[in-house]
Amino acid sequence: MSAQKPRTLFDKIWDAHVVDTLPDGTALLYIDLHLTHEVTTPQAFDGLRAAGRKIRRPEATLGVIDHNIATDESRYTGIVDPESALQVATLEKNAAEFGMPLIPLLDERQGIVHVIGPELGRSLPGMTIVCGDSHTSTHGAMGALAFGIGTSEVEHVLATQTLLQKPAKNMRISVDGNLAFGCSGKDIVLAIIGRIGTAGGTGHVIEYAGDAIRALDMAGRMTVCNMSIEGGARAGMVAPDQTTYDYIAKTPNGPKGDALKRAMEWWKTLPSDAGAHFDTELRLNAHEIAPQVTWGTNPEAVLPITGVVPNPADVADEAKRAQMERMVQYMGLTPGQRLQDLKVDVVFIGSCTNSRIEDIRAAAAIARGRKVADGVRAMVVPGSGLVKKQAEQEGLDRILREAGFEWREAGCSMCLGMNPDKLTPGQRSASTSNRNFEGRQGPGGRTHLLSPAMAAAAAVAGHLADVRDYQPKETV
Amino acid sequence: MQAFTTLTGIAAPLPKANVDTDQIIPARFLKSISRLGFGKNLFANFRYKEDGSENPDFVLNQEPYRKAEILIAFENFGCGSSREHAPWALLDFGIRCVIAPDFADIFHNNCFKNGVLPVRLPKDVCAQLMEDAKLGANARVTVDLEREVVVRPNGEEIPFKIDPLRRHLLLNGLDDIGQTLQHAPAIDSFESKQKAAQPWLYA
Repeated sequence: MSAQKPRTLFDKIWDAHVVDTLPDGTALLYIDLHLTHEVTTPQAFDGLRAAGRKIRRPEATLGVIDHNIATDESRYTGIVDPESALQVATLEKNAAEFGMPLIPLLDERQGIVHVIGPELGRSLPGMTIVCGDSHTSTHGAMGALAFGIGTSEVEHVLATQTLLQKPAKNMRISVDGNLAFGCSGKDIVLAIIGRIGTAGGTGHVIEYAGDAIRALDMAGRMTVCNMSIEGGARAGMVAPDQTTYDYIAKTPNGPKGDALKRAMEWWKTLPSDAGAHFDTELRLNAHEIAPQVTWGTNPEAVLPITGVVPNPADVADEAKRAQMERMVQYMGLTPGQRLQDLKVDVVFIGSCTNSRIEDIRAAAAIARGRKVADGVRAMVVPGSGLVKKQAEQEGLDRILREAGFEWREAGCSMCLGMNPDKLTPGQRSASTSNRNFEGRQGPGGRTHLLSPAMAAAAAVAGHLADVRDYQPKETV
Repeated sequence: MQAFTTLTGIAAPLPKANVDTDQIIPARFLKSISRLGFGKNLFANFRYKEDGSENPDFVLNQEPYRKAEILIAFENFGCGSSREHAPWALLDFGIRCVIAPDFADIFHNNCFKNGVLPVRLPKDVCAQLMEDAKLGANARVTVDLEREVVVRPNGEEIPFKIDPLRRHLLLNGLDDIGQTLQHAPAIDSFESKQKAAQPWLYA
């Protein structure tokens, strides 16, 4: 047999999971972990029931409730909205009927599906991971192939533990050098989307590489991979390394002892081979990235915080100009206006993009010894019950509360406007979430995406602010 | 799943790029546990004013587009969330085909699972079809999946390509779980090999 040609991280995981290949080249791909939540599963379980099918591997499936629950104490007294209550009850009923493990709503492990998978040690390098949620790309930070699927595919995975898939193209985005002061994984990924656009990664799996990615902790890598879908790529990945292994060692359900040794042997073979082929390559210099903030209604409409609202009149292409005019109008902006002068009504720190302990530490570091500006509602929503507990052990909740932030229960919260946490029409938010689409955080809401530290700076300033002007105070 | 063979109907023009799935069906309407009933909230943020009344400026509130079965749009249609409620909402409204220069991957997949045909055509062709669509009831467009052509109101035929497997499943309205289960022995054998090599995945 001739020497195998160099392969990418994606190629290796793909090859290791092909069960069968159909005559037209479509692969039947094995799925190692299937995460489920209440919103995109009821119709899939109905389909199983109608066909008399079972879950093929319940132990490779894990359910959690996250999208449509309240993040205040009302969760302890019962869900108020009858439709949300029915959707949650339906997941509980389906889990019981089909034998699917489900983290109960009031369990301390409950949280956002893309926070709990890695945190519990269920999302591991080399795995294929799916969930009926586009931000499944998050788990790629573990060195896994992880992507979002629709409800019909959820049903397909439940019944067969496989998916019919065509291989994706390989894209490598290298971020070289050191990240500048005040910047984080969020600024890296927003800058990338600003470069490639919202469809730049369509048909690709992105591997993030380079010194600046290697230097990120797991939370930072998850933030970057999380927003791959905002650049059109279904999956983003980072090759596993010592940072990954150290993280896994601390998880409750990750492999231990001999199993871990054996797993590590395989994981260490996963990084892309030298000379592996990438269909598309992009390089960025980390030190050229400044703190980012979106000004428009898709994540590609992003600028450094020192920027000004662009002028549609400067755009030659008619369709693009019309889109920009609509964005400026919807967002209530004036061309030429300084982004730092935009007053905010709401600050949201949370979501599967930025609700991990590292994110909360970054926000608390800015909030410490300061006060949320008058007229601003600022909320911090931890990504899971375990993140919340950890933050409370570190005293971060006290720092944030003293500064005037609300400290809430874990859930998707104000990221998507399907639970009680919503913007009202015309409200402007500084949000650490992932989508600034029209109406995403509530009808008529105006969303500016940014990092946790930038969000905390906006909360204390009362307007979008440059985090570099709000450095941590040594003492309270 | 309802098969898709040939469709002749009214095409609605939606001259926008990056139509995301939050626009197609906002998250606050995703609480149903059924696949049906999403049509009334299709494009809800554009179709209805804040007081709940219809916005007469939105194309699907205008005659003859209330009965549209085809939607013409621009680039990156269906980006954002993976929600299959987006094709369910289109289908429930009566739209069975979307024509655009390109589609976001997950939405594209989801369409095929529901008998909705996403047709990729170059942007200038989409622009031409958009002009046809603006002619209203007199401009019926045909989408023939068997022959892989779109027929303009003037009779001109525009070829398109669909992945052969997906075309086969759609033409016959086939459930792909049934098809995959024919590979059950291969799945069994994959699992026993993987269990031996990577036991931690089966712990």
